[in-house]
Amino acid sequence: MSLSILAVDDSRTMRDLLRLTLEEAGFLVTTAEDGADGVDKVIENKPDVIITDINMPVMDGFGLIEAVRNGVCGTSVPILVLSTESSPELKDRARNIGATGWIVKPFNDTTLISAIRRVARV
Amino acid sequence: MASLIELRQVFFQECEEQLEDLTDGLTALEGSEDFSNLDPEIINRMFRAVHSVKGGAASFSLDAITQFAHAYESILDELRSGKLTLNQKIINTFFTSADYLTDLVSLGAENVEPIAAELESKIKDLSALSGSMKFGAGVSEEDDCIAAFTPLALSGEMQFPPVEDVNGSVFEIYFKPTLDLYANGHEPVQIFRELSTLGVLEVQCKFDRDFKWDQAEPAIEWHLVLSTNQSESEILEIFEFSEPYAKIEISSKVADITVSAPIESVSKHPASTPTMEKPNAAPDPAGEVHSAEPSAIRSAISAAPKATVRVDLDLVDELINLVGELVITQSVMTQSITEQDGIGGRQLSTTLEDFKSLTRTIQEGVMAIRAQSVKPLFQRMARIVRETAQIAGKEVRFATEGEDTEVDRTVIERLVDPLTHILRNAVDHGLEDAALRSQAGKDRIGTVTLSAAHRSGRVVIEVIDDGGGVQREKVLSSAIEKGLVPQTAQLSDSDIDRLLFLPGFSTAASVTNLSGRGVGMDVVNSEIRRLGGRVAIISHPGSGTTISISLPLTLAVLDGMVVDVADETMVVPISAIVETIRPDTSQIHQIGPAARMIAVREKMVPIIELGAVFGCAPIKNHTNDGILVIVEDDKGEHFALAVDKIRDQRQVVIKSLESNYGHVPFVAAATILGDGQIALIVDLDEITHQVSVDQSRSIQSIEAIA
Amino acid sequence: MKIEDDSSNSEKFELITFSIGSQDFCMDIILVREIRGWTNVTMLPHAPKDVLGVMNLRGAVVPIVDLSARLGLGVCESKERDVIIITLIEKKIVGFLVTAVSDIIELSQTDIQPMPQMGGKKENQFVKGIYISDNKTLRVLDIASLAASMTTAQESV
Repeated sequence: MSLSILAVDDSRTMRDLLRLTLEEAGFLVTTAEDGADGVDKVIENKPDVIITDINMPVMDGFGLIEAVRNGVCGTSVPILVLSTESSPELKDRARNIGATGWIVKPFNDTTLISAIRRVARV
Repeated sequence: MASLIELRQVFFQECEEQLEDLTDGLTALEGSEDFSNLDPEIINRMFRAVHSVKGGAASFSLDAITQFAHAYESILDELRSGKLTLNQKIINTFFTSADYLTDLVSLGAENVEPIAAELESKIKDLSALSGSMKFGAGVSEEDDCIAAFTPLALSGEMQFPPVEDVNGSVFEIYFKPTLDLYANGHEPVQIFRELSTLGVLEVQCKFDRDFKWDQAEPAIEWHLVLSTNQSESEILEIFEFSEPYAKIEISSKVADITVSAPIESVSKHPASTPTMEKPNAAPDPAGEVHSAEPSAIRSAISAAPKATVRVDLDLVDELINLVGELVITQSVMTQSITEQDGIGGRQLSTTLEDFKSLTRTIQEGVMAIRAQSVKPLFQRMARIVRETAQIAGKEVRFATEGEDTEVDRTVIERLVDPLTHILRNAVDHGLEDAALRSQAGKDRIGTVTLSAAHRSGRVVIEVIDDGGGVQREKVLSSAIEKGLVPQTAQLSDSDIDRLLFLPGFSTAASVTNLSGRGVGMDVVNSEIRRLGGRVAIISHPGSGTTISISLPLTLAVLDGMVVDVADETMVVPISAIVETIRPDTSQIHQIGPAARMIAVREKMVPIIELGAVFGCAPIKNHTNDGILVIVEDDKGEHFALAVDKIRDQRQVVIKSLESNYGHVPFVAAATILGDGQIALIVDLDEITHQVSVDQSRSIQSIEAIA
Repeated sequence: MKIEDDSSNSEKFELITFSIGSQDFCMDIILVREIRGWTNVTMLPHAPKDVLGVMNLRGAVVPIVDLSARLGLGVCESKERDVIIITLIEKKIVGFLVTAVSDIIELSQTDIQPMPQMGGKKENQFVKGIYISDNKTLRVLDIASLAASMTTAQESV
């Protein structure tokens, strides 16, 4: 069975790019355009892995991580942050609220896919 | 599935939206009452916009955009965190930087590399704003930033070649997870699998037999032995995100020391743990079936932006066309049913009315699809004002009103040039320089306002400046000098103002390189006319000028007066009609053998026989039975069109003649009337120009052309 | 679209045959969209004599050409009984008024003989060949170039 991935990014370009890359790798891909949308999609689809941007309107990536970790969706799904940022402060913050990993944008296909495979529970 | 090329297009499209957000934010910031107390959401939105541009650009290896967006983002971040206090100078730099980013994006879309020196200086402009030393270093910092884009964490790859000859060190790792490790999406087996990419890994699992079942912590711990030539930091990096959720102890051993004996169970296979020992705390998501295409409906957690759909414009046009047909068919049907008296009775006429209003509603709805807010146009214009102000060396405050007003997108596109010209004029000629303004007791900074509003089924766009107004004496003398008006002309103030629209008119005492460009207000006027609109100018000496453009909401329909001309039915655009009169013989003056004029409020207005223009009937004597439609052309001249009968005033759907045939002289387009017959829409400007070309010649000259 | 462009000379293609007065013609059926009876047209000012005007074809404004006049065979008098062949040429919809449509025939390029040169007469200007069957001589019209010159003819008239 294919892994299902939820990609959360407010940029349509990034969403499409993630979808293209991940679908080519054989994953099932759902996208959300901000943290709040992401929470909906987590509840709705129970993805195997969540990839999320940090800077987003409505609810940012931290908000999404917190919401998921606080049990909104009743799942301990791995969450990978995909961000152009890489400052230790941000990483610390993400880690402390429950991010499972951090990937720096722009990603290359192999890095992204192996990062997913590395955290996926399958 | 989208290809990368398509994605690139999506990216550039999205950039436009983000740049719009950025400029929006800047405009909002500029309008803030207190620069030390800014709305954080505005800055956040701007930051996100630039940030998204950067992220996307980096993905497509658009380095210049990435670099510049990064510099911009860093400054915005300082602003966001309060390290930087906003002032007008910073806002100006932000604006010019936004403009430059727009340029970079356009260049990127065309695969053109920007001029390196310019990029560098623009980045310097931004970094100069920085309060922090780190950023102040300038461009050299950029290399760092770009380098930082290489993935840091999770960079090990599954395909990493196993280290065969391990000459390095041996690390002993003690790993005892907490419940939170699993809750946060980590999986020991995955971590070990990753460790195994660094070298040879032996995994020993210890299960606590005295495990108390009420304990909330997993009763499991691991002893790992990793033989690797990598350093300890590489190992730590793998634990980077799981580190807070487990007790991890790493100790280094000399390579030749043998691994101590396993305690309970030993697994030589690096990447496997007994599934039995998997703590219950980690639910296994396997086996759940997920739908790849979730429903698009989402609950509104907070005010989400309006969802939009991108549609091929051709599809929309096709739909508009079809709805136009529907409207026509409906009116044909209504006409033929009402012609047959008594059929159906009241029931039918009620149904027919419903059908009619339904059709109208659909038509309006479909037209609305093509409509777009004028905001992007206004933002573009803001840039024009900024640039013009800079070149002219004037300080200008640019204000907009009614940005959300929606207009047909074709109209918007075709407004760019006329508005650019009007705004350049307003800044360059309209506003006085600061010294002059102070003298006059005005604010040193001039204001130019661009506004849009819907007014009685039309769109009114106005450019208002608080400058000195039209200098009428100068305009008049210049017009006389150029022979545009006779020396003895007695012109009213508004007549003089309208002289600005005469072809080849230019008032600037000093011709600057701004407003000039060989285009005058006459071109603005004719372009607006071509859109079915009208331009008016209202000027108050000393306090400013307003240029007002009135436009139809769409180019697809036109308000027309349906007239009969020598057995043919024609449509005259209502926008140009001043009045209709049934003339008295005494008002008509014969001039020469064929030309006639009519005196309308003490003005002589030439009469144009519409039938003759179209070569379809000999000139009849209209003095008694004809009707004159007084129209105003793009120069403000009045003409009287002689027609036989006025039938109706109605909205007509514009049909192109060019698409299947070609241009027909004096005809702008065609339309289909209620009876299914085609009627031609007259091109007033073409007709009146023809008459004005040589007004002394008789109207028969037009016939001769035919 | 032109028959000469066909790669194989033996390839069959269909033509629609019709008459103008007593003369017989045919044209490539690919270009034909539909055949209609005469309806009133709206005249176009300053149009050439053979452009009768425009008609409403389900919302499209379609010019109608009097093929008889276009080919120099005289202006068609009895429009009411005539038919209009609606064609789609280079994205333009154009109607041609003819006396009657008779048949659809299948020909190959080799069946068509070149038009004998008989001077620059207008009626043969748009004829690209002839086909002789049992008792009839059909002229194969190059309707595309005929339609293309529709508006340029306007200036020459």
